[in-house]
Formats: sequence, structure tokens, C-alpha cells
Amino acid sequence: MAVTTYSGAEQYNFDIVKKFAVMSLVWAVVGMFVGVYIASELAWPFLNFDSPYFSFGRFRPVHTSAVIFGFGGSALFATSYYVVQRTCQTRLISDGMASFTFWGWQTIIVTAALSYVMGYSQGREYAEMEWPIDILIEVVWVTYLILFVGTIMRRKQPHIYVANWFYLSFILATALLHTFNNLSMPVDLFSMKSYSLFSGTQDAMTQWWYGHNAVGFFLTAAFLGMMYYFVPKQAGRPIYSYRLSIVHFWALSFMYMWVGGHHLHWTALPDWTSSLAAAFSILLLMPSWGGMINGIMTLSGAWDKLRTDPVMRFMIVALSFYGMSTFEGPMMSLKEVNALSHYTDWTVGHVHSGALGWVAMISFGSLYHMIPKLWDTKIYSRKLVEWHFWLATIGIVLYIVAMWISGITQGLMWRAFDEFGNLQYSFAESVAAMMPFYAMRAIGGMFFLTGATLMAVNMYMTIRQGKRENAALEAKLAAKMAHA
Amino acid sequence: MEWLMWFSKPENTKPLALIIFFVTFIGIVIYVYGSKKRSKRLESYRDIPFLDDQEGTKDKQ
Repeated sequence: MAVTTYSGAEQYNFDIVKKFAVMSLVWAVVGMFVGVYIASELAWPFLNFDSPYFSFGRFRPVHTSAVIFGFGGSALFATSYYVVQRTCQTRLISDGMASFTFWGWQTIIVTAALSYVMGYSQGREYAEMEWPIDILIEVVWVTYLILFVGTIMRRKQPHIYVANWFYLSFILATALLHTFNNLSMPVDLFSMKSYSLFSGTQDAMTQWWYGHNAVGFFLTAAFLGMMYYFVPKQAGRPIYSYRLSIVHFWALSFMYMWVGGHHLHWTALPDWTSSLAAAFSILLLMPSWGGMINGIMTLSGAWDKLRTDPVMRFMIVALSFYGMSTFEGPMMSLKEVNALSHYTDWTVGHVHSGALGWVAMISFGSLYHMIPKLWDTKIYSRKLVEWHFWLATIGIVLYIVAMWISGITQGLMWRAFDEFGNLQYSFAESVAAMMPFYAMRAIGGMFFLTGATLMAVNMYMTIRQGKRENAALEAKLAAKMAHA
Repeated sequence: MEWLMWFSKPENTKPLALIIFFVTFIGIVIYVYGSKKRSKRLESYRDIPFLDDQEGTKDKQ
């Protein structure tokens, strides 16, 4: 292994990491606010204001895009640029390309949100952007790929650290998924509207091949890259088993691409396809739990950190939720369970157990570790980190418990028959039964949003403190030089 | 070129793909855990995140 001395800003491009880290926090607050708003619309429908611009249908993709691509995506750009530079001990190959990915990515999030509110949507889940935005994504993503691979190629460290494997698989897989899922024909050159090249069952299969692998590679593999760097760094000890991380990586890569079909059980999709997807979903439990154990066991011998370090707590709770949601997912992919859970709020609860519990918590933990280091200071308030942790944890529990009760109730009400063989409940009755749980979910979301807002304030103050300290230090140095 | 038609049938390519992927994966597992010397080398990579550490460079006094 090569050892290189760290010489800070000159050696690495931290400017781009700072920009993405700040925007990640901005999109977290914006995206989660829209999420709380649409959750409140379902509980208190007057919030629709009888206007299409405020409707759930238009705001929902604004929420998903802002949190997945705005918050999650920016956090991934920030951490991947940070990790690849520090573990390869080299600077990004091009500052210009890095800057282009930043401005391009932020433009994508803003234009996508505006287009949804205006009523433009492809109607493809997590890929609602119309074709001009899709082309911009393609250009930004290929630039990101070149930048990341180029940086790895000029590394000073002979071995490529495993976190970079996860980041690279995420970049490659997302490029593939985005390209094929968005193959479409515009109505004309100056129209936002386009139609998919696929139709019927093939279209559904393509969408869920994209949809589940977006979960697999964007929301799992990439954040595992984050985990494999920031958990050891925060714990101050290396990852529990490097060999296990290699097997974890390859097992996920071999298996994830097969599982999209489990979203289409009991549909026109051929039965063998969704059965195969269910089988691979069950198999995925092993690498997922292997990775979770690898992360958690990194703390082996230093469990006291869970009591003393709130940032570590974010990471370990994230890994616990990773374990829980990767158990729940395979279980829901079983056809018998899916017959009850599909089309109900249970699915929404499951997604948020992964998105809030795993993705958001590991991002919060990593950003809490990285931001003070970028500005060369300490966290402004550890008390606020503690508050954030508990607000987020309570918020998630409220959210997923509400959705479990709501989802299972829905599933049972929809399949209930009376003694004459007629449906026992009308759909509207099932909607009315959901009301208390929709309110509970909105309150859970408010807890989570409040925590994220506290973090944004805390990090703003941390950055300001870092800048002040640097200015004071520079003034001191200048005074010393003047006296010398 | 008739033999190429064999690959056009999913009932042939599905088990073939399964065998290729399975054998490759088993090969990776054997590679990772198969030799003590290699295991030692692989485990030494755990320390990479700590190699360029130089925290707290600023004089806070």
C-alpha cells in the first residue's frame, strides 16, 4: 500500500464536495417539506385547494425527485468525490467537469420539479422527467462516469478501496437503467411530450427493471459505498472484514438485476418471470445481511461509542434499518404476502423504512462526519445532533407503524367477502378507515422534517464557525509575519 | 452458423447464464477465502481510509 501525506485543499478538489454537501441539505429540507405536505393532503384534503398545481399527483414526483435525486443524489456526488480522492490519494481529473456535474445536476432537479408542477410527466415511477431533461441527465451522468473512472485510473494507491467499487457500480448501473428505461419518441422536436418505445407488459417490465434497480444501485449500492468509508472513519477502526465486503459487493451485483419482476406479481407478466424475481429477492437477503453485519461489527470492541457519539448512532441505526428493510422486502416479494401487501400502504411504509431509515440516516451520519472536516472545524452543537437523532428515529417509527397498520387493513378490507360472496367493503370505506393512520404518518414526517431542519441549521452554523476560525487564523498568521 | 440458433432459445440460454454466473461467483468466493496469504493481503486493504489522515491541522489557540 502506498502512503501519501495529506496536504488538504491543494491536493484535493474539496470545493466541489462542499457545494454538493450544502445542496444535499437544501434538497433534504425542500424535498421532505413537500413530502410532509402531500402526506398532509391525504389526511386533510382541503390542502389541495382545488388547484391542479397543489394536487398530490403533481407534488408527489416533486417530493420523490427532490429527496432521491436532490438530497440523495447530491449526497452521493459529494461523498463519492470525497471518498475517491482520499482513498486514491489523488485529485479529481478535471475541476471543470466536476463543476459541470454540479450545475447540470442542480438544473435537472429544478427543471424536473417545475415541469411536474406544470403537469409534464412521463408517468414512469422515479423517472417522471420528460425527454429533454432525460438527455441532460445522460450528459451529466456520462461526465460523472468519466470523471470518476479517470480519477481512479490516476490513483496513487495501487488497490482500489471497496467503497469505490460500490460507487462505480452505482454510476454504471444507473447509466444503463436510465438509458433503457427512457427510450422514447418525442411528439415533435419542440414538444415536451414523448411516448415510450415499449408498450404493454414489456413497458411495465422495463419500468420495474429500472424501478427496483434504482433502489438496488442508486439507493443501496451507492450508500453502501458511503457506509464502507464513513463507518470505519467515524468508528476510528477499519471495516470488520474486507473479504466479506468483496463477497457482499459481488453477490449484490450478481443478484440485484433479476428482482424487478417481483413488483408485477399477479399481472400479465409471465408467471415464471415474477417467480424467478421472488427467488432472487430471497437470495438477496444473504448478501444484504452480510453487509449489515460487516458494518455493525466494525464497532466490535467499541460499543461505548453508541452511547457517547450521536453521529455513530445515526450510522448504526441506518445499518439496522438496512437489515430490517432487506428482510421485509424479500418477505413482501413472496407471492402470497404480495397478494395482501401490493397496492396498499404497506409498500409505502416499506419504501420509507429503507429511504428514511437507511438512506437518509447513513447520509446524515456521513455528512455530520464530513462537513466539519471540509471546513476544518468541529460540529457547532452536538446537542442539536442528539435532538436530530431522536426526532428522526421517532419520526420513522411513527411513519412505518402507521403504514403497516394502514396497509394491512387496506389489504384485508379489499379481500373481505360477505356471506353472499360480494365484497364486504366499498373502496371509499377503506379510504375512510385510513384517515387516522394518514394523520399519524404526516406527524411522523413532521418529526423527520424538523430533525432535518435542525441539521441544516447546525451545519450552517458549523460552516460559519469554520470560516470565522480560518479568518482568525489567517489574521494571526499575517500579524506574526508583520512582526517578524 | 446454424449453431448460433441454439443461443436464440431462452430454454438454452437461461441455464447457461445460470451456470456461468454461479461458477463465476463460486470462483470469486474461492479466490477471496481460498488462500491464507491472499486473505492477509486483502485484509490489509482495510486500512486504506486511514492512510491520508492528518486531522486537526489548524491551531485553535
